[in-house]
Amino acid sequence: MSHEATLHGHELHEHHDTFLTKYVFSQDHKMIAKQFLITGMVWAVLGGLMSVLFRLQLGYPDASFPWLESILGKWAKGGQITPEAYYALVTTHGTVLVFFVLTAGLSGTFANFLIPLQVGARDMASPFMNMLSYWFFLAASVVMLSSMFVETGPFSGGWTAYPPLSALGDASPGSKTGMDLWIIAMALFVVSSLLGGLNYIATILNMRTKGMSMTRLPLTIWALFFTAVLGVLSFPVLLSGLILLIFDRNFGTSFYLSDIFVNGVGALSNEGGSAILYQHLFWFLGHPEVYIILLPAMGMVSEIMSINSRKPIFGYMAMLGSLFAIAALAFLVWAHHMFVTGLNPFLGSIFVLLTLLIAVPSAIKVFNWLTTLWRGNIRFTPAMLFAIGFVSLFISGGLTGIWLGNAALDIHLHDTYFVIAHFHIVMGVASMFGMFAGVYHWFPKMYGRYLNNSLGYIHFWVTMAGAYLIFWPMHYEGLAGMPRRYFDFSIWESFKQFAELNRFISTVSMIVFAVQILFLINFFYSIFKGRKVTTTNPWEANTLEWTTPINPGHGNWPGEIPEVHRWAYDYGKDGKDFIPQDVPVGADESSH
Amino acid sequence: MNSLVAEKKKFTQYQVLLWVGIGSIIMAFAGLTSAYIVKKSQANWLDFDLPSVFWVSTVVILVSSFTMQMAAKKHKEGQQNQFKGFMTVTTILGISFLMLQVQGFMALEANNIALTGPRSNSAGSFLLVITGFHMLHMLAGVIALLIIAIKAPKKGESVSLVSTYWHFVDVLWIYLFVFLNWIG
Repeated sequence: MSHEATLHGHELHEHHDTFLTKYVFSQDHKMIAKQFLITGMVWAVLGGLMSVLFRLQLGYPDASFPWLESILGKWAKGGQITPEAYYALVTTHGTVLVFFVLTAGLSGTFANFLIPLQVGARDMASPFMNMLSYWFFLAASVVMLSSMFVETGPFSGGWTAYPPLSALGDASPGSKTGMDLWIIAMALFVVSSLLGGLNYIATILNMRTKGMSMTRLPLTIWALFFTAVLGVLSFPVLLSGLILLIFDRNFGTSFYLSDIFVNGVGALSNEGGSAILYQHLFWFLGHPEVYIILLPAMGMVSEIMSINSRKPIFGYMAMLGSLFAIAALAFLVWAHHMFVTGLNPFLGSIFVLLTLLIAVPSAIKVFNWLTTLWRGNIRFTPAMLFAIGFVSLFISGGLTGIWLGNAALDIHLHDTYFVIAHFHIVMGVASMFGMFAGVYHWFPKMYGRYLNNSLGYIHFWVTMAGAYLIFWPMHYEGLAGMPRRYFDFSIWESFKQFAELNRFISTVSMIVFAVQILFLINFFYSIFKGRKVTTTNPWEANTLEWTTPINPGHGNWPGEIPEVHRWAYDYGKDGKDFIPQDVPVGADESSH
Repeated sequence: MNSLVAEKKKFTQYQVLLWVGIGSIIMAFAGLTSAYIVKKSQANWLDFDLPSVFWVSTVVILVSSFTMQMAAKKHKEGQQNQFKGFMTVTTILGISFLMLQVQGFMALEANNIALTGPRSNSAGSFLLVITGFHMLHMLAGVIALLIIAIKAPKKGESVSLVSTYWHFVDVLWIYLFVFLNWIG
């Protein structure tokens, strides 16, 4: 490659970094990306461990595990998790996985890492704000973590934090200090997301290299762009909702609280507050949040599929249009989370229609992924397997979305295990697969080494099989009416039939968790001891990040930023396997 | 770092950052004012007139936008002394606005309209939260005014950025004032 000559020349931005400025208070987007990734991984392990603990309770409701008491102390008296601890675990698992892992860990990592590298910029629009974004995230993490060690425990009213449980300190043990810390952590998190999102948008709009028109951007960048737009427009509304919550909690106002009767407290002096109001504000963020989690995975899957099929992405403009359609619809469907709140049925039917409309862009995307694979020269790298796994999960989980989006069916399915199965498959596990795909694919660019492939294959197949084995049976439990958020089902005659199934699900979840530890070992071992990358473009890809040196410094390109002459998907064109974006269009070539 | 980008951009990246940020702030207030409308349509809503001091604060903030514009103009013309003079006036007007808003809250409390606590109605509480949240954004603006008034940068776009933000929080207040008086 022509860049090879300049690689070992002088490094333009080689400052004399101290340990602190290079690894801790770094303003290099690549280092900030790694900070987000590692912090996200810590949370993923903690959040995953929490799910193993509450699955232990669901699978073995009568058993006693003395080792639990030695770890959790009073939260597992007699070796059994207490109901309070169970709810705290479920709540923290949800909050942490949705916000800290699949928002900060996913788009925080890949937006930071890929946007400057793929649009051809030396760094973000404001590297300083970018650094602040990570530090607000870390502060949020510290506060959230500390809430688990307070006397009354962390907040335990579910990740959605509905009032009155969230608004009234006396409502439950977790509603006291635990909830205060939850709100502070979330407010810090919102600030972090906003600082990050503003930067991602400004960088994509303003810092593209010469020739990089918007329609030449890789789909990863488009997906991250819409993700950021969703974030900056919806997180402020959550913040508004949280401010009202703070006033109800601390200043005696009546936004959400009314004169309800609370056992042990009596009737509240509040008048006329509406808990439903909170739900509207929450879900106005809450639904776009689903796509904030999903879109980055969609973008990376598109990119990885095209590269590993050695074919252009099928229907680039359709992919772009469907991303836009999903982002726009994301703001118009929030009340489908509220069909059973006494919502006006006519209003409900409008939300059903808008919700079902999401099936159209989703189907376009699935069609285009499958047609990209069709007759491709497929390379089954671990990244590619996770990308294909993503599509499988997105189809399976998306189809049950059509059920739940229907207001009439939702009356039966609301708050059952059917919902848990649906959103874990379509949003949780699918996005996690997108994240894994991204890590396996861009690890060589991040650390200059490869992840171990054999461990990657084991990781993929066990996780893939495990995901279906865990969540598929939950559909049946939900159809049978098994409600979510229950500590113990063994006293109901009707749910006794599921005792063995629950034990099976719990066992599989532990195996899947163990395999994630294998991934962690692979990850950290490979950073230091993995096979070294010897070429700048190991996947033979077209995008600009592979024109940088193997270990790019701050500023990314040692010489000039390459100019872009074509889109990112010239694979298998004119008999050539791939033509990178910075290669000028030849005279005999049909340009794109 | 940007010298390597050959094309001349219509907006600088800081302008884009500011405008997207403004969009984000608009959404926060859109959330609060829609919550206000929803809540008002339900039972237990207390109707009251805004104290007249809010009219005064509205005039003050309008004038401050004008002096800010004058300051930006003088800055462009390179008249540093006049720039500093107009900046000082703008900052004082900004601080006065904040104090007048607090006066407004006190006038309401004096009229027996509790903003917080067990006797409060969410109509009053909404006024406090919405206006208070706007004041926080004004406070950020005042801090920005102070910084550029003291540093008085000869070049660069910081003056025009701060000026844009200041006009924005002004327009935002006009919207809130109209909303609280007549729409909501």
